[in-house]
Amino acid sequence: MADHTNNARAYWQANLRLIVGCLVIWALVSYGFGILLRPWLAGIPVGGTDLGFWFAQQGSILTFIALIFFYAWRMNKLDKEFGVDEE
Amino acid sequence: MSQFAINLIFVGGSFALYIAIAIWARAGSTKEFYVAGGGVNPVMNGMATAADWMSAASFISMAGLIAAGGYANSTFLMGWTGGYVLLAMLLAPYLRKFGKFTVPDFIGDRFYSTGARLVAVACLIIASVTYVIGQMTGAGVAFSRFLEVSSDWGLIIAAVVVFLYAVMGGMKGITYTQVAQYVVLIIAYTIPAVFISLQLTDTFLPPIGLFSEHTESGMPLLAKLDQVVSELGFRDYTADVDNKLNMVLFTLSLMIGTAGLPHVIIRFFTVPKVADARWSAGWALVFIALLYLTAPAVASMARLNLLTTIYPDGPTAQAIEYSERPDWMKTWETTGLIQYNDKNNDGRIQLYNDTPAFADTAAERGWNGNELIVNNDILVLANPEIANLPGWVIGLIAAGGLAAALSTAAGLLLAISSAISHDLIKGSIKPDISEKGELLAARISMGVAIVVATWLGMNPPGFAAQTVALAFGIAAASIFPALMMGIFSKRVNNVGAISGMLAGLISTCVYIFLYLGWFFIPGTATFENIPQNWLFGGTGYGISPLSFGAVGAMINFAVAFAVSAVTAPPPVRIQELVESVRFPRGAGQAIDH
Repeated sequence: MADHTNNARAYWQANLRLIVGCLVIWALVSYGFGILLRPWLAGIPVGGTDLGFWFAQQGSILTFIALIFFYAWRMNKLDKEFGVDEE
Repeated sequence: MSQFAINLIFVGGSFALYIAIAIWARAGSTKEFYVAGGGVNPVMNGMATAADWMSAASFISMAGLIAAGGYANSTFLMGWTGGYVLLAMLLAPYLRKFGKFTVPDFIGDRFYSTGARLVAVACLIIASVTYVIGQMTGAGVAFSRFLEVSSDWGLIIAAVVVFLYAVMGGMKGITYTQVAQYVVLIIAYTIPAVFISLQLTDTFLPPIGLFSEHTESGMPLLAKLDQVVSELGFRDYTADVDNKLNMVLFTLSLMIGTAGLPHVIIRFFTVPKVADARWSAGWALVFIALLYLTAPAVASMARLNLLTTIYPDGPTAQAIEYSERPDWMKTWETTGLIQYNDKNNDGRIQLYNDTPAFADTAAERGWNGNELIVNNDILVLANPEIANLPGWVIGLIAAGGLAAALSTAAGLLLAISSAISHDLIKGSIKPDISEKGELLAARISMGVAIVVATWLGMNPPGFAAQTVALAFGIAAASIFPALMMGIFSKRVNNVGAISGMLAGLISTCVYIFLYLGWFFIPGTATFENIPQNWLFGGTGYGISPLSFGAVGAMINFAVAFAVSAVTAPPPVRIQELVESVRFPRGAGQAIDH
């Protein structure tokens, strides 16, 4: 029983760590590169404008897609590793 | 064949398809009516979610907003997509594991309180009804422009079609019509975009064209656009924003508002497994991104195209003569969405930013005020005509605009009717209602919701545009935090959750009403809605009423944790419930026994 509880806690901690990691990147590409850090990225030209503009109009959306698929892949794998997946 | 006949074939054909799908996918049980039987393939659900989410506003208005605002309006692009990351990681899988039918279901059970359930029902209904008004008016506008019927008749036709497939098929019918509607709307949106991208940049893919060379001038497209708009006194298209605090908060409000909108959340109840809910959020964003990556390209290209049409030899040379304007301008003038007024009587069209800073330059050029007003909304609808595309593309755009409006309307109507039949009637008023009785109640409340939405669409309250801020504000400030705390905290209790939701809801509504009028009644605003008057406005970092949802959400979290900390923790069975939603398998069985 104790083993089961420890296992459950470890699974949930792993999930939380994964979420925090993904959300750091989520915030970095949108609020960071797309908005707040744009002046610092102004020196990197992209097609007639700068990298910050690219992140605001394209880069952030592409990163969001990658993040969700990465999270789904990792979590579905963790489900199996911890034996909490559905049959 | 006349354009009218072509439009009729496209719109009539798409409607016949939706009705055929509805007859094929009738709902026989409440489970089929509320969650399509829980057996929808995750990729299909992603497509249906994309159609559910992309409304008339995304299809018709968003490109126009970005064209007008440039970089500053990137908020819509990030805000309306970033919410899916939150959905995929913070809400969808756990709510799917919970395995019930509605959003108030979870809030009522998790916070073991009918009061919490009713607050959630109220938030859901206010947010969804305000949202549905916009869809119905959007459908009416599309009808009147493309099918030459009055917009009231257009609305009635749209309502009858939605009634047929939503009332008959419930979530099951809605899911499969939304898949068809997604296909129609994405084809309609991208074909004209590809052509305009080829014309301007010689690039097939619009998102790549956006950062490519403008063929005619040899300059990068965005640099060319910056040059043209600045010569006409507008802000540079790519110019940075000064009030970054407001930009961050507005984007955040749109993101958590998206994640908290009930009609989007319930789509994830329809997939078979928790793992599918995670994949499905990713697929939804892929299908949404096809439009959201095209929109900024359409925005900048259509704006440049419009300005070079008016100033064929550049903004510093003569504008075109009014009598030589292209045909599409004539068509759209009849709708009143393009207005021309020859203020300096030279027979030419001067379009520029008529501000004091530009007055000297304008006077030098003999201009006497801006002469052309172009409504933002026509950008997408007029795109095929601007790019000289054949008539069938125009018919496709008409069908696409209607698909976007109807798919979102149907999703909202289902969220409203299930809240009434499942949460209000079965959950509170008459818990012993039979399965058959509940299904009938669901169909009747759907019918009533459609009638009310149609009536509101015909008599839109003068404040229809502002209420979108309210819908997102409420979803962000009340529903999202309650759901998130319900999953990630075992300590937040019934009193805490209810106080938090009410604090978030009231603070957000009050802040919006202060600037946009109390209950949106014109003339009742306490402060004029200008940046100087906003909270922290004196510092230049004011918070606009549209951005307050994120602040309301923080208030909700703070109040809920504070109140829970000084009151009794939730009972053990509720802590076990929280434990069970966190695991796809395992702890769930402990609850069922």
